[in-house]
Amino acid sequence: MSLPDVLVVGGGIVGAACALELAREGHRVEVLERGFTGCGTTATAMGHIIVLHDSQAQFRLTRWSQELWSALADELPGEVEVDRCGCIWIASEESQMDWVRDKAALYRSHGIEVEVLDSLGLAQAEPSLRPNLAGGLRMREDLVLYPPAAARWLVQRAVDAGATIRTGVSVRRVSGAGATLDDGSTRAAGCVVDAAGTKALELLPEPIPGLQFRPRKGHLAITDRGPRRCWHQLAEIGYLASAHTHAQTSVAFNVQPRRTGQVLVGSSRQYDRHDTRVEPEILARMLRRAIEFIPALAEMRVTRTWTGLRPATDDRLPLIGPVPGHSGLYLATGHEGLGITTSLGTGRLIADMVAGRSSAIDPAPYRLDRCLEPQA
Amino acid sequence: MREVASEVLILGAGPAGLAAAAAAAEAGARVDVIEGNRSPGGQIWRPEGATEAHPTTRRWQQRLLRTGVRVHLETTVVAADGPRCIYTVCGGEMSRFRTSRLVLATGSRELFLPFPGWTLPGVTGVGGLQALVKSGWPIEGKRVVVAGSGPLLLAVADSLRRRGAKLLLIAEQAPRRAVVRLARQLWRSPRKAIQALGLMARLVQVPMRYACWPLRATGDECVRSVLLQGSDGSIELECDALACGFGLVPEIAIAAYLGCDVECGAMSVDAQQQSSVPGVYGAGEITGVGGVELAVAEGAVAGTAAAGARVPVRWLARRDRQQAFVSHLDRAFALRPELRRLAAPETIVCRCEDVAFEALAGAESARAAKLATRCGMGSCQGRVCGPATRFLFGWHHDRVRPPFFPVPMAALAAIGTVQPSSANPACYQTFTMDC
Ligand SMILES: Cc1cc2nc3c(=O)[nH]c(=O)nc-3n(C[C@H](O)[C@H](O)[C@H](O)COP(=O)(O)OP(=O)(O)OC[C@H]3O[C@@H](n4cnc5c(N)ncnc54)[C@H](O)[C@@H]3O)c2cc1C
Ligand SMILES: Cc1cc2nc3c(=O)[nH]c(=O)nc-3n(C[C@H](O)[C@H](O)[C@H](O)COP(=O)(O)OP(=O)(O)OC[C@H]3O[C@@H](n4cnc5c(N)ncnc54)[C@H](O)[C@@H]3O)c2cc1C
Repeated sequence: MSLPDVLVVGGGIVGAACALELAREGHRVEVLERGFTGCGTTATAMGHIIVLHDSQAQFRLTRWSQELWSALADELPGEVEVDRCGCIWIASEESQMDWVRDKAALYRSHGIEVEVLDSLGLAQAEPSLRPNLAGGLRMREDLVLYPPAAARWLVQRAVDAGATIRTGVSVRRVSGAGATLDDGSTRAAGCVVDAAGTKALELLPEPIPGLQFRPRKGHLAITDRGPRRCWHQLAEIGYLASAHTHAQTSVAFNVQPRRTGQVLVGSSRQYDRHDTRVEPEILARMLRRAIEFIPALAEMRVTRTWTGLRPATDDRLPLIGPVPGHSGLYLATGHEGLGITTSLGTGRLIADMVAGRSSAIDPAPYRLDRCLEPQA
Repeated sequence: MREVASEVLILGAGPAGLAAAAAAAEAGARVDVIEGNRSPGGQIWRPEGATEAHPTTRRWQQRLLRTGVRVHLETTVVAADGPRCIYTVCGGEMSRFRTSRLVLATGSRELFLPFPGWTLPGVTGVGGLQALVKSGWPIEGKRVVVAGSGPLLLAVADSLRRRGAKLLLIAEQAPRRAVVRLARQLWRSPRKAIQALGLMARLVQVPMRYACWPLRATGDECVRSVLLQGSDGSIELECDALACGFGLVPEIAIAAYLGCDVECGAMSVDAQQQSSVPGVYGAGEITGVGGVELAVAEGAVAGTAAAGARVPVRWLARRDRQQAFVSHLDRAFALRPELRRLAAPETIVCRCEDVAFEALAGAESARAAKLATRCGMGSCQGRVCGPATRFLFGWHHDRVRPPFFPVPMAALAAIGTVQPSSANPACYQTFTMDC
C-alpha cells in the first residue's frame, strides 16, 4: 500500500464529505472506519437538510451546505430517498407569529424562498395538524434524505475519485503525521482529518484545554406504512428552544414524512447520556407531543424506535479546522443536530484549509482557536 | 397507564409459563402471567376453533385458579425499563407491571429459509399451518407436502392427517442414519418413545423421505407444485399446500433486551433456571428447544426458584433427564449446508420490505444490511428474516429495542402517565372454569 496524502478517521457523513472533497482535489485519501460507512450517529439521524439562524455563523454554514445538497440532489440515486418536501415551522400561538414574520423577512433578504402561512394556510398545507394553530413559516428549499445511504454515496464518489476506505479498522490515536491503530500498528500520512464523531476528541494526542463537547442523546420513532399524514418536514417553533436550551432534557414536535408512507417522529434532547438505550418515559413524552400536533398519529403503529448521540459543543457550532500545536492534524466534528446538513460545507472548508486557500464562507467561527482557554 | 404490582411476573403462558406460574404460586408468591394470545397453552395446547380451551390447558387453569394466579390474556409485552418494570399493551391500553422476579417463558418460533416460491400463498410454516387449521381453515381433501426438519414435521403431519388432509410426502432434510441414532436415545424418555412410536404407526401410510428438501415451489395465485431434492434425484409433486419449517428458534428478544447472556441463540440459565441477570429466570424453549416435557420441567424449577423456595431435587433430576435429550435432538436435525444455497438471487428474504437475496450477499453484518437495504426494518422487526440471515450469512442479531411488537402510538405515549389504578380493570382477566 502506498502512503496516503490524507487520512480521514471516521466514515460518518462528515468524514465521507471530507474524503470526497479531498479526493476530488487529487489527494490520495484513505478513510479508516471502525465499523462500516455511516454506522455511527449518521445512521440514527433524521436527514432534514435544514437552514437555521441561531447565529450568523450557523446560518452561513447551513445555508451554504443546503445549496450544495440542492445542487447534488438530481445526481443522488434512489436509495438516498431525496425528497424536496420543504419544511414548515409551526407557530402554536399568536405570539410566535412575530418570530415567523421576522425570520421570513430575514430569509427573503438572503434570497431564500419562504412563505408565511396563517392559521388557515397552515391547515390547508397540512390538514392532519390539530385545528387552531396560529400559522407557520414554510421553507420551500429544505429537503429530506436518508443519511446512511447519503454517506455511502459520498464514500462511493470519493472512491471513484481515487480514495480508499478501510472498514473495521479502529484508530487509537491521531497525530499530524498519521494514526496509531488499535492493533498497535501505525499508518503514516501527510495530514490527518479526525472526523470520528462523538469519539473524535478522545483520539487527539492530548486533551486540549477548553476543547470539549457533550453527547446529546436523541430519540426517534418510526411508524408502520399508512396513508400519508403529512407533506412537509414539520417542526414546532418550540423545537428551536429545545435545541437551544442547556436544560438537561427536552422534547419537541418534529416529524418527517417518508416516501414509504411511514412517519418518522422526533425529537428529544438529553445531555450527558452516553448510553444509547431507548428510555420509555422520554420516548413517551416525545410521542405525546407529536400526537398533540397530529392527533391521527395516535392510531398509527410504531414499529421501531432508536436513539443517537449528537456531538454538542457549548456554543452550538462545529469544530472544523487545524488542531493547535499539531501541524497537519485537522478536526471535523461537533455538528450536534446539524451534521447531515453541514457535512458538505465541512468537507469544502477542510479541503480549502488543507490547500491553504480561502473559502466561500468565513471559517473563523468554526475554528478550534475560539474555544481555547487563554494561556495564563 | 395502569399500574400492577406483582411478585413473580411470568411472560408467556405456554407449557413452561403455566408450570412456572403454578409452582411459584404454590410456593406462596403473588403471581401474574402475561400472554399475548387469546387463550393460554402456547404452541402445543392450542384451542380448537374459537373458544374451547385445550383439555390440558383446562387442567392447568383449574390449578392456577386454586392458587389465585392472575392471567392477563391478549396482553403483549412491548417494552421494559430493566427487569423490574415491564410494559404491556392490551386492547390498545398500556400497563406497567412492577415485579421483583421475572420468568421469561416466551417459547420459540419457526425457522423459515428462503427458496424460490416460498412466499407464494399456500406455502406456510409447519406450526403455522397447524395453527391455521386449528382456527378453522379447511384442510380436508387438500394435497399437502410437509417439508423441513425436526420432530414437529411428524406431529403436525399427524394432526393434518386426522383432519382429512391428503399427505403426499413428509420430507426431512436430515439423513435417515441421524434420525435412527436419535431414536436409539429414546429409551431415556419412555414417554417420548411411546409418543414417537404412536406417531410413526399413525403415519405409516404417508410417504416419508430423509435427506430430502424443497428446492422450489411454483404456482401463480397459489402454490401448485413443489420440486424437492432427494437422495436419488429430484422429484416434483403437485400440491395445494406446502408446509415448511426448518426447526424452532428460541424467542429471546426480551431476554436479550434485558441483557441476559445468550449462547447459540438460546438464553443461558444456571441450575435454578436463573439467567446472568439476577432475578430473571428462563424456562421452556427460550433456553433451547426440547419439547413439552422439558418445558414443563424447567417451568416448575424456574417458578419455585423465582418464588424464593427450595427446588425439590426430584424436579431438578427430572429436568436434567429431559435436558440430556436436547443435544441429541440438535445433533440429529442439524441443518445441512446445501440449505444455504436454496435462494436464487431474486428470491425475497425479507418479506416485509421485499429485500432479495442478492441485495444482502456481501453485507458485513445484519445492521449494515439493514441500513443499506431495510432488511428486517418492517413490521415483523426481523422475526422472520433474522433467524434466516443468521443461518445463511452467520450474522448476529441487531440490537433489540422497544416496542417488541408494533403498537399504536397512543399506547406507547401513555407510558409514565399516571391513572388511578381502579379506573380501568378492562384488561384484567382471570380464568373461569368454562373459558
Ligand atoms: C436523533 C437525531 C436526529 C438528527 N437529525 C438530523 C437532521 O435531521 N439533520 C441534520 O443535519 N443532522 C441531524 N442529526 C445530526 C447528525 O446525525 C450528526 O451531526 C452527524 O451524523 C454527525 O456525523 P459525523 O460523521 O460527525 O459522526 P458519525 O456519523 O458518528 O461518524 C463518526 C464515525 O467515526 C467512526 N469512529 C469512531 N471512533 C473511531 C475510531 N476510533 N477509529 C475509526 N473510526 C471511528 C464511527 O464508527 C463513525 O462511523 C441528528 C442526530 C440525531 C442523534
Ligand atoms: C404444532 C406443534 C406440535 C407440537 N407437538 C409436540 C409434541 O407432540 N411433543 C412435544 O414434546 N412437543 C411438541 N411441540 C413443541 C412444544 O409445543 C413446545 O416444546 C412447547 O410448547 C414449549 O413450551 P414453551 O412454554 O417454552 O413455549 P410456547 O408454547 O411457545 O409458549 C410461549 C408463549 O409465550 C407467549 N409470548 C411470547 N412472546 C410474548 C410477548 N412478547 N408477550 C406476551 N406473550 C408472549 C406466546 O404467545 C406463547 O403462548 C409441538 C409444537 C408445535 C408448534
